[in-house]
Amino acid sequence: MTYEALNIEVDGDGIALVTIDLPGKSMNVWDATLMTEFAKWVDEFVADDNIKGAVITSGKKSGFLAGADLNMLGSGSTGGAAPSTPKEQFEAAFTLNSVLRKLETSGQPAKALLKGEAHAKPVAAAVNGLALGGGLELVLACHHRVVADNPKIQLGVPEVQVGLLPGAGGTQRLPRLAGLQNAAMLATQGRPIDPNTAKGQGIIQEVVPADEVVAKAKEWVKANPKAIQPWDKKGFKFPGGGGAMDPRSAQFFMAANAMAQRETNHNYPAVQAILSCFYEGSIVPFDTAIRIESKYFTKLLSGPTARNMIRTLFINKQAAEKGEQRPDGVPPAELKKIGVLGAGMMGAGIAYVTAKGGAEVVLLDRDLEYAQKGKGYSEKIVEKGVSRGKVSREKGDALLARITPTTDYNDLKDVDLIIEAVFEDPDVKEDVIKKTEAVIGKDVIFASNTSTLPITGLAKHSERPDQFIGIHFFSPVDKMPLVEIIPGDASGDRSLATALDYVRMIKKTPIVVKDTRGFYTNRVVPPYINESMLLVTEGVKPALIENAAKTLGMPVGPLALCDETSQELGLRIATATAKETGQDPSGEPVYQLLKTFVEDLGRKGRKSGGGFYEYPEGGKKKLWAGLSEHYPIAAEQPGLEDVKERLLYAQLIPAAQCFAEGIVSDPQSADLGAIFGWGFAPWTGGPMSHIDTIGVDSFVRKAESLAQKYGARFNPPEKFRDMAKSGDTLYKRAA
Amino acid sequence: MTEAYVYDAVRTPRGKGKADGALHEITPVALSTQVLEAVRDRNELDASMIEDVAFGCVSPVGEQGAVVTRTAVLNAGYPETTSGIQVNRFCASGLEAVNIAAAKVKAGEADMTVGGGVESMSRVPMGSDGGAWPTDPTTAFKTYFVPQGVSADLIATKYGFSRDDVDAYAVESQKRAAKSWKEKRFSKSIMPVKDVIGATVLDHDETVRANTDMQSLGALNPSFTMMGENFGFDAVALQKYAEFEKINHVHHAGNSSGIVDGAAAVLIGNEEAGKKTGLKPRARIRAMASIGSEPTIMLTGPEFAAKKALARAGMEAKDIDLWELNEAFASVVLRFMQSLDIDHSDINVNGGAIAMGHPLGATGAMIFGTMVDELERSGKETALVTLCIGAGMGTATIIERV
Repeated sequence: MTYEALNIEVDGDGIALVTIDLPGKSMNVWDATLMTEFAKWVDEFVADDNIKGAVITSGKKSGFLAGADLNMLGSGSTGGAAPSTPKEQFEAAFTLNSVLRKLETSGQPAKALLKGEAHAKPVAAAVNGLALGGGLELVLACHHRVVADNPKIQLGVPEVQVGLLPGAGGTQRLPRLAGLQNAAMLATQGRPIDPNTAKGQGIIQEVVPADEVVAKAKEWVKANPKAIQPWDKKGFKFPGGGGAMDPRSAQFFMAANAMAQRETNHNYPAVQAILSCFYEGSIVPFDTAIRIESKYFTKLLSGPTARNMIRTLFINKQAAEKGEQRPDGVPPAELKKIGVLGAGMMGAGIAYVTAKGGAEVVLLDRDLEYAQKGKGYSEKIVEKGVSRGKVSREKGDALLARITPTTDYNDLKDVDLIIEAVFEDPDVKEDVIKKTEAVIGKDVIFASNTSTLPITGLAKHSERPDQFIGIHFFSPVDKMPLVEIIPGDASGDRSLATALDYVRMIKKTPIVVKDTRGFYTNRVVPPYINESMLLVTEGVKPALIENAAKTLGMPVGPLALCDETSQELGLRIATATAKETGQDPSGEPVYQLLKTFVEDLGRKGRKSGGGFYEYPEGGKKKLWAGLSEHYPIAAEQPGLEDVKERLLYAQLIPAAQCFAEGIVSDPQSADLGAIFGWGFAPWTGGPMSHIDTIGVDSFVRKAESLAQKYGARFNPPEKFRDMAKSGDTLYKRAA
Repeated sequence: MTEAYVYDAVRTPRGKGKADGALHEITPVALSTQVLEAVRDRNELDASMIEDVAFGCVSPVGEQGAVVTRTAVLNAGYPETTSGIQVNRFCASGLEAVNIAAAKVKAGEADMTVGGGVESMSRVPMGSDGGAWPTDPTTAFKTYFVPQGVSADLIATKYGFSRDDVDAYAVESQKRAAKSWKEKRFSKSIMPVKDVIGATVLDHDETVRANTDMQSLGALNPSFTMMGENFGFDAVALQKYAEFEKINHVHHAGNSSGIVDGAAAVLIGNEEAGKKTGLKPRARIRAMASIGSEPTIMLTGPEFAAKKALARAGMEAKDIDLWELNEAFASVVLRFMQSLDIDHSDINVNGGAIAMGHPLGATGAMIFGTMVDELERSGKETALVTLCIGAGMGTATIIERV
């Protein structure tokens, strides 16, 4: 038998060296080819008496095996040729589990192994690089596990991060090797560990120099002709406590269940499913346990959460980062040196992420002291990183050495890209644009980090409007993963391509949005925060508002968010908007609330007198007790679900409007922008995915009923009404 | 329907539920045996009259397993013909067992029965029977499980009871228990526990602390803060009770029920059985009820159980002279008083489990007996006995002096 993805060499002792090496791929993954071929090889291995044992390794420098091909899973879950009945889905999900079980038992019945009447041929894993998800699960199904001594090698089961569970025995072998506690940390959080930590937890046995992994693995196979997994031996016990019915395990499950609920707010079924696999699987024999695991896997894969998470958090995120929206035919931009104009909070953050991305930074401000202070921001982050061991002193110093603070425009003469982050004043911007364009090369792209001024308007001050574009960062720049890219009316393909190349360099997630006030995220967030303040004015308990948002899956409550962005800014924007539209805002309850907070109470925001919360020195923030004096608590409180709905639709409606108006051109961007821009509940896959999940028709009907109850702001966009009528969806599933 | 009458009620004193407790050396079968013997012997009863015995027991494993009731029936020298059943309704098991015993009489299944319960918490610790509810992720998630202590603190948070409120209640419970012992109010039903050589090992409730005051309680740290904050249970509770920013942890060992050992038995029969045995009925069972309610707050069930029992009896709250609600946690009683507008002087008049302890499977039968005695002592007419129960249940029984 010949294989495409496997290379088999049998030595004189009958030990097979199986090298996994997927043709044409930079990394090994469990795709259809590998699944089929590996299953065939296991059959051969078990049947051929001349083969006495095996060592499994990888032919890729990039690592051992990176898990399942999520594109395959993603498409499988959205129709097409996917198995249709639950039973068929289970059989498909169980395939790899049963292959790996055959590998570790040589096809011997569990009873025979248990009684010592049979044994398995020894199999060892020689792991030369990262083994994640199904990759690590393959390693676990080997009897002996040897990993290269390199702390950068990641071993883990990250499936939970896309709403799935490790479905090839991971939920069964990990707790049996490492104990429930360690296994739960790995599987419910999805964060990988390094080889020595894995060894300490009993997950692997040997950590050896990289060039010895195969030899050591082979040595073990030769020395152990009769192999058996610990869980197939008589009297097997879970490390640190028995199965689920052991009193020590009862303590673990009680706490794990509560902590998982605290972290997931009942929004992530995968976490519960993983714990259920641990619990139920620990009570039954191994062969039953892996069937239970595959059943929970099937359930997750056929539910909406995994589908939405895989699509947005994995497939679409990667596509956006790889330049999905990049115009064809533009050669990649060379971005070696970048000029950052303005060393305020945004400029300082942009300088840091740019230097971290590997480019030289010229950080320009009017005043050298400011420019240096801007660099000081990077110094602080690097210092913190070094003290926590997250970055080496050399790397940190090199990063800082790339940032040159200056006041001299001439220092910009040889930059490859300009990012302007000066004060949000058209006159200041105009001055800076002119001074910069006087010195930079004729073909250099000029990007503005404005958040309020239209790009097309700013571009009018440029001599080369086709090279002018918006790159909108979020604060704090070093933490916020999203960047909005805003082409103006005159922006050319090269400006868009360069902006995307830049975002790729700094490893952030870009979306391309239309040049309108607030772009995308700032169109959606203010109505959401306003809704929460409106609830306050209605006498709804602030804790109920905050908890409703948290149970929805938002990272912080909207009132806390309002404190962060500050009541002061809120009032300023409301006043400016009123001036622009010519409408008198004094009748608006939210405007009045902001006015009261800023002007009467001096509660201008977290950094200035507090807001909805008080911030005791060194203590945890707590809701401001004085609020009810000004906004008395209503005797009748709405139900949790009602508040959740209002806060959810206060985001869904403006997001849908942005999509309907073409501010974001596709649902993918709307979803990515929401999750990575303002932390919209990741379990939904984003607002557009969520609308598809509840059904466009249900969304429209719910929005209309909310509009009747609470006001026209909840009216669904016409486009969505049309979609509901025609039965259209945002992500056309058949496609 | 046939009436069910109470002919007698006995209980052991409650011993501290630890290895140094007075009853630790006494097996749960022995505790059960001694109350069954007492029911028979002090009434000079032909035990063959007793057709069935129902005992509550909350951790029916180990030496409390395998239907401890039937084991005790045989050990007490009852005839082979007397059957036994073990009942578990968590903290109300003892009262539920009495209700089952009464129901059998009312239904005409038996003429004379015994209801009661046993729990040796020092020998078979709480939780020994495991259980899926808090540990199986499916059920823990579905029900938003939190431990009872967090539920009790949630009640305090929701209904506005401060640390002072719950401590003051606990001080009063200790005072009342001490006074009741001093005035020998329990002497009618207390049956001292004897060891294998026939010596008395305990003749009084071991955990009563007459000198408890606000200051001594104030020194105790809340018991459920760690569990609530570090293990996520507060967050779970707040996901259901979202109107609160945080849980106010007010309960501690001094204002919660104590862990103790003990057993109790109540003799029940129809009118005919009384005539046959020459026993005088002491009380009549007017109504019984069990309910289920929201399982996360868990311990507010007595309100609904009481209302259901009152409705079944065609009575109103004002028709009840004496209330007895197990003092699982102080906030449970305070909420019950608040919800039914009960004056503190009418409830738990002789103290409760905060002072005397809560032997899980036996308590319901014990406080039932306490009410029978107290109605006679005070000359009052009606009493309602109830307990809060794990997973949001509640059981209540209304009795009337005859």
